[in-house]
Amino acid sequence: MKLDIVCIPDDADMGTADSLRHIHQKIKTDVLVLSCDLITDVALHEVVDLFRAHDATLSMLMKKAHEPAEMVPGQKGKKKPVEQRDFIGVDDTGKRLLFMANEADLDEELVIKRSLLQKHPRMHIRTGLADAHLYCLKKYVVDFLAENRSLTSIRSELIPYLVRKQFSSPASLRQGQDNKEQDQKSLDIYSYVKGDSLLEFAPDKSCWNGHSADLNEAFHGGKMRCYVHIMKEGLCYRVNTLGLYIEANRQVPKLLPALVYPEEPLVHVSAQVTDRGLIGSDSIIGSSTQVGEKTSIKHSIIGSTCTIKDRVKITNCIIMNSVTIEEGCSLQSCLICHYAVIEKGADLRDCLIGSSQRLEPKSKHVNEVIVGSEQLMEI
Amino acid sequence: LSKEEKLQLRKEKKQQKKKRRDEKGQPAEFSTPGHPQAQLPGAVPPMLAPVPSESLAGSEKLAGGKTKAELRAERRAKQEADRSLKQTKKVESTLATVLAKPRLQPSEPQSTVKRVPEHVQVDDPAAQRRLAKKLERQQVPLRPDYGAKVNLFSHLHQYSRKMPLTQQMSIPSTAIHPAVVQLGLQYSQGLLNGSNARCLALLQVFRQVIRDYSTPPSEELSRDLVARLKPYISFLNQCRPLSASMGNAIKYLKKEISGLSSTLREEEAKGKLQGSIDGYVREKIQLAAEAISKYAFEKISDGDVILVYGCSSLVNRTLCDAHANGRAFRVIVVDSRPRLEGRDTLRRLVCKGIRCTYVMITAISYMLPEVSKVLLGAHALLANGSVMSRVGTSQIALVSKAYNVPVLVCCETYKFCERVQTDSFVSNELDDPDDLIVSGKGGAHLRGWKENSSLRLLNLVYDVTPPELVDLVITDLGMIPCTSVPVVLRVKNVEQ
Repeated sequence: MKLDIVCIPDDADMGTADSLRHIHQKIKTDVLVLSCDLITDVALHEVVDLFRAHDATLSMLMKKAHEPAEMVPGQKGKKKPVEQRDFIGVDDTGKRLLFMANEADLDEELVIKRSLLQKHPRMHIRTGLADAHLYCLKKYVVDFLAENRSLTSIRSELIPYLVRKQFSSPASLRQGQDNKEQDQKSLDIYSYVKGDSLLEFAPDKSCWNGHSADLNEAFHGGKMRCYVHIMKEGLCYRVNTLGLYIEANRQVPKLLPALVYPEEPLVHVSAQVTDRGLIGSDSIIGSSTQVGEKTSIKHSIIGSTCTIKDRVKITNCIIMNSVTIEEGCSLQSCLICHYAVIEKGADLRDCLIGSSQRLEPKSKHVNEVIVGSEQLMEI
Repeated sequence: LSKEEKLQLRKEKKQQKKKRRDEKGQPAEFSTPGHPQAQLPGAVPPMLAPVPSESLAGSEKLAGGKTKAELRAERRAKQEADRSLKQTKKVESTLATVLAKPRLQPSEPQSTVKRVPEHVQVDDPAAQRRLAKKLERQQVPLRPDYGAKVNLFSHLHQYSRKMPLTQQMSIPSTAIHPAVVQLGLQYSQGLLNGSNARCLALLQVFRQVIRDYSTPPSEELSRDLVARLKPYISFLNQCRPLSASMGNAIKYLKKEISGLSSTLREEEAKGKLQGSIDGYVREKIQLAAEAISKYAFEKISDGDVILVYGCSSLVNRTLCDAHANGRAFRVIVVDSRPRLEGRDTLRRLVCKGIRCTYVMITAISYMLPEVSKVLLGAHALLANGSVMSRVGTSQIALVSKAYNVPVLVCCETYKFCERVQTDSFVSNELDDPDDLIVSGKGGAHLRGWKENSSLRLLNLVYDVTPPELVDLVITDLGMIPCTSVPVVLRVKNVEQ
């Protein structure tokens, strides 16, 4: 696999669609877009096969999201129900994506087009699906994006646009009103859809029809189709929030042995652990880490080159690289970033310690976020 | 003695008898066609190397009259001589046949050993091992069989739609052209059905493959392109067994590619190939459909009640054209599970304004008393005049015969194939058995069929209608009886 890394200048505040526009010259065929914070073991051919077999415009991956059970450090009070719910409408087979709207874009009502219901009388609307940000896009979508500069984000603007356009008629049919609109920059994607005249009459002779209820031809004669593959089981995390990050870390010790490192033990060979017995079986300890005597580590992930002194109790924590933890500390459900130093006798619960922070000895913190002033974090 | 050798000896005996009857002058010098050589794998037609006739030596002795015993002794001696000669010849012949060009003698029936194709030898482990090796060499994944098969059909492949071939391939595919992967996926998922549709899509994809192809520096286009197409064809075969129309189109294309002169530049050669593909599509598929529609129009009269089965693009076109030309008739569409393709026929005809009735195949004996003719489509026409078509067609033909209703089959000549089949078991296609699980009303009574060891599901795709049940075949060459199919094939071969 040849990797071509393109850097985006730091000051340009580019959204995902802008980034795609930036490299659109390099894209010569249909493209698979995925976000770097996606951890999944989905069989990729499921998503791509939908794209290929139905000659789709878009094919994406989703999974039923579950609420992270753990308390996220720094969160005050119970987690409010997600106000930015996504409404996803799929057809009877569960593969065709008919409708997508975010609650933030809607006032009070969910508006469903009549043309949509005429073609698909049965639609299942689901909330609580997490988008994995893995999209197969046709080349003409990228061409459309290159011309149309008003779209900045793939997820929040381009995808809903494509889903909506499945059921709207091409702009060329609406002759009268369009003359004014063509001056504006909002170009219609139908002008980019290449009707492949080669394959036009083959499906015409084929006797497959995706629906049986009416007298329309296959796909109701629509040129654009969007498909979604909803994973039922398996791993799919998009670690873009703190809660999901912690959740993913919890799952890793169970999955690493099977997935990536079948031979490597969870405790790295170069780690010096004095009391093996006190280390839980599902904890991961990185290389060159030193763990002192009588230190118990349970359900935790510890990075490399850490120094953990004696009589420390670590439960349910995520500790990044090069952290120093002095004697007698007690850490529970914490997230400690690189180079932090925790002095003796500290007692931390549900805390988030930023990198290179230094805690005083015998400090006690519950449910706090301690970061440097220059590091602003959004949770 | 093997079959060829016996045949050879019989020929020689006949020729000797003729000579003895002449009893004049010198025995004519002739060279019999040599023994058919040892079968080279996949060699069709057989390579023949001329062998000087041993009978020349024997014929000189036969100048005078002889007793039967002496003749028999001579014959036996000759047999021994032939056998020992053949042993020595075998060593030389392998070298000779590599150098010798294949000679076709269409006037003489060839004593060939036809190779049984792999796809009807699924229960033979040696054949499957050979296939696996071939696929591995071509970097095409092997599709595993699924589910228990009915004993009578255990020699055929049975695949599951839920386990597509792309599972084992990288994304994006490197060994196989992406358009071919897409096509294979559409075949295996059942999105592209019907022999015309499949053939058209295949030709367009090959057109694209040729467009994207560039000759490597040290190779010749005519040889390298054929070698490049072989893995694609294996891949498509793994996705879904090739139909007769696809097979004929591939044969034509391979012949065109091999027939390219090496003086052409690459661009010219590619343009010529694309032109020949377009020509094939236009002549054999589109113009043929027009011709068949015209011929069939003569056979449809006002007030007819026409029965059609399943979905045939050709029959649909014929009926729509006849309606557009002003004939008044109505249609009875017969359908069958699990494919329910008749719904698509119904949709197309109703959209054109033709009056239709829709029944299931179980009701044909109720409907046939009012039917005036039956119009069927075909997947392929075999060399003995049998019609290979969607499963259920033979039943329609059978019941129609019982009710004395004429059966007309519409088929383009490019679907005629040289295979001979008298039953539907020898070579067929088994579809995904899970299609039978859900019944019409949505009840899934057969869901646990795999756990039950004595339950097997059979989902046949094709069946063979014997030529006695078919009254007329309407082709682009005219309206011919079923028995004239071998004539058409022979004419086609001579043309080529």
